[in-house]
Amino acid sequence: MEPILQPWPWYISGPLIAFVMFVLIYLGKTFGMSSNLRTLCSMGGAGKYSDFFRFDWRAQKWNLTVVLGAVIGGFFATTFMSDGSTIALSNETLADLQDLGFSNIGETLLPPEIYAWDNVLSLKGLSILIIAGFLVGFGTRYAGGCTSGHAITGLSNLQLPSLIAVIGFFIGGLIMTHFILPLIF
Amino acid sequence: MKYLKFLLIGIFFGIVLVKSEAVSWYRIFEMFKFQSFHMYGIIGSAVGLGIIFIQGIRKFKIKSIDGKEIYLPPKEKSFIRYILGGAIFGFGWALAGACPGPMYILLGTGIFSMLVVIAAAVVGTFVYGLLKDKLPH
Repeated sequence: MEPILQPWPWYISGPLIAFVMFVLIYLGKTFGMSSNLRTLCSMGGAGKYSDFFRFDWRAQKWNLTVVLGAVIGGFFATTFMSDGSTIALSNETLADLQDLGFSNIGETLLPPEIYAWDNVLSLKGLSILIIAGFLVGFGTRYAGGCTSGHAITGLSNLQLPSLIAVIGFFIGGLIMTHFILPLIF
Repeated sequence: MKYLKFLLIGIFFGIVLVKSEAVSWYRIFEMFKFQSFHMYGIIGSAVGLGIIFIQGIRKFKIKSIDGKEIYLPPKEKSFIRYILGGAIFGFGWALAGACPGPMYILLGTGIFSMLVVIAAAVVGTFVYGLLKDKLPH
């Protein structure tokens, strides 16, 4: 049981993600999580406002089921498959985050500085989550995919557009991490 | 029930992403700081094996479970939408520390404030749908 309860190394996790992609392709589907955001819009009646949302969302029920499973998987993994060990971040990362004023670094999956309700229920905290979510939702549809659709499936299928998108992900991520996060925290 | 297999895939996916710590904001921060190989190892090995899988499907003409030819639609050719949309996504990814898969998984781990991010992501997608024809693609 020990190795299962401990964090899994990259050389186990990466191939298992590829396996998820392969199974979905074998089932005649594709691996793309951000499509569900569009489906949710469509279910909510967004087709009245843009033909981008006028499609048969029922054909996407399988993908919403994957999402439901992912939620359950998240619950299962933290409840029954974790030994509560601190994330083994590099020393440089720990030092950088301490400089930003973060504490209890890596003891939970997400920093309480961003996700604890005390911080979320402030103007700054709420703005961070809303802006971040909005950018993810807007950007992923503009780019036609996210990490699963472009970085995993698209690159695996040797798609140049996906490589451009991943370069875009990094341009945005690097600017945010190196220049904007230090201004926020 | 035909949806059961998709539920199981989702559960498996959720477990793998939690156990790999790929759903952690801290790991995304570390990745964008180039301070650990961990995330690059995950994505790199997934893509490496993914290339082999997809080439294998082509070479051996593997059919899908219902006997159909497996066809992965090529991504539409363009530059601006990928680089610009990608960068906008990257901003949000590095700030929230979660992309669209992990958002749901993290909700399952009991972080209910993630609902704010998910709701905002739905709104972001909706606004893209409204502005789609006015944006360069």
